[in-house]
Amino acid sequence: MDNYITQFLGENVISYFIVPIPILIFVALFALYAVWAERKISAWIQDRVGPNRVGKFGLLQTIIDTIKLIQKEFITPDRADKILFNTAPFIVFTAAFMGYAVIPFSSIFIGIDLNLGLFYFFAITSLGVIGLMIAGWSSNNKYSLYGAMRSVSQIVSYEIPTALSALTVVMLAGSLQMQTIIEKQAGGIHNWYIFGGPGGPVKIILIPFMVISFVILFLSTLAETNRNPFDIVEADSEIVAGVHLEYSGMKFAMFFFAEYAEMFAVSAIISTLFFGGWQSPFGDLIPFLNSPIMQFFWAIAKGLFFVFVQIWIRWTLPRLRVDQLMTICWKYMIPFAFLCLFVVGLYVVLV
Amino acid sequence: MKRYFKNIYQAFSTIFTGMSITFRHFFKKSVTIQYPEQRLQLPERERNRITVNIDDCIGCDQCAKACPVSCIEIETIKAVPGDVVGKTGVTSQGKKKVLHISKFTIDFAKCCFCQLCVFPCPTNCIYMTNVFEYSEYKRENLIYNFAAMTPQEAEAKRQKLAEYQAEQARKKEEAAKTTATTKAQTESSQQYNTNVNKQNNQTS
Repeated sequence: MDNYITQFLGENVISYFIVPIPILIFVALFALYAVWAERKISAWIQDRVGPNRVGKFGLLQTIIDTIKLIQKEFITPDRADKILFNTAPFIVFTAAFMGYAVIPFSSIFIGIDLNLGLFYFFAITSLGVIGLMIAGWSSNNKYSLYGAMRSVSQIVSYEIPTALSALTVVMLAGSLQMQTIIEKQAGGIHNWYIFGGPGGPVKIILIPFMVISFVILFLSTLAETNRNPFDIVEADSEIVAGVHLEYSGMKFAMFFFAEYAEMFAVSAIISTLFFGGWQSPFGDLIPFLNSPIMQFFWAIAKGLFFVFVQIWIRWTLPRLRVDQLMTICWKYMIPFAFLCLFVVGLYVVLV
Repeated sequence: MKRYFKNIYQAFSTIFTGMSITFRHFFKKSVTIQYPEQRLQLPERERNRITVNIDDCIGCDQCAKACPVSCIEIETIKAVPGDVVGKTGVTSQGKKKVLHISKFTIDFAKCCFCQLCVFPCPTNCIYMTNVFEYSEYKRENLIYNFAAMTPQEAEAKRQKLAEYQAEQARKKEEAAKTTATTKAQTESSQQYNTNVNKQNNQTS
């Protein structure tokens, strides 16, 4: 039973239209409250209060902001390539949202449990870079084009450590299917892949390598979502706002929406690969905590924790230079990712 | 090679230092002052909007003279004898008021809060308050009028003064006329006498 909705309505076209709706609602709510959380967390880090005027604790702040953005005029620059300029935000958001198709929220709810799930995810999220490139090119603006060029070079080079570090888990699980990877981690916190996954005492030698690949995956997905400290794509102080520069109103909000959607998507992928996805950390000790409803809680809580860490990092670390960014990727992350892949490969073959 | 691993070590140690510092700040109290509800204690001698206690003002114009930006404008009307200036005719310190203040405006768009107008005042009726929230949409609204008289009252007083002055002038003229005639008489008699003397001298 992979998807409760298709189970209930049967495998037909209508159910395929209905399945994305709860996910879309979740993504929309998440994006709204992630912006609020980002502002609140940044305020706390800087000893401020943050939004607290609109609603209790400023909870309605981002809703009001969205209403403001909807009311705004769509400005298209005179010399911009109008068709591409207007499609780019939708390509970016579609790419981010399509990744949600394979994110497992519970054992009974996943958009579609592809047997190539992880591969599909990395393929589809890197489609977003095409949208960014189109946005940067069609804006007909120096800063936008610089942003787009940086984004392409960054995302293309960070695809490699992302894929390599994710492959360690794929090798241990023997599958690219999301639900299979999570089901392999059943039975409690010690069976999560960050701790070497299920296996005998020999798996202890795997732990440092899994931690390294987790760190590599976390940092490289951070770079792929253009988050600080890897946000040279939209570096406000260098290239104003990069590809966002010429966009206004709801089209600008679409970029934002896509960024936050992608933040949760990569966090969910990290928690799926290394932290057991929707598995309860107590395993079967308390059966209630592993019931299908509580699985939603675990999946979302783990995802939100990594979103929190992403926000925390953003408000702590300064931005990297372009050459430093490439150095980290090619000289540090990729060799270590290969090392981890090699050791895990040996382990899988020998043990 | 040694440098390579040192770089990695440094990267992680500095990241964790930074992250722990920001983590500590999650639990620190915020330093924000929620302004309209929560206000800072202003210093004792802060200089903000000026106010004038018009009951004490004697219209001496010293504040207007002291003002470096000429934002104070005062117009006064002399009181006729027997006319009570203001309500009581005296300041709170018992000084007699002899001028009706028909106009006392301060233009806070010009005012530079130098406090120079406060010191010359002989009755301490112009002073600084702690009001600093008085922004307006129009510049004209920043001209504050402190005079208690209505234009009609001022006009009446002016009329009264003019009448009194006319009266005085008339009296003066009359007095002058009478003195002039007496003078003329005495002068003419003196003339006569001298003439008589001359004639007497010539004849003798």
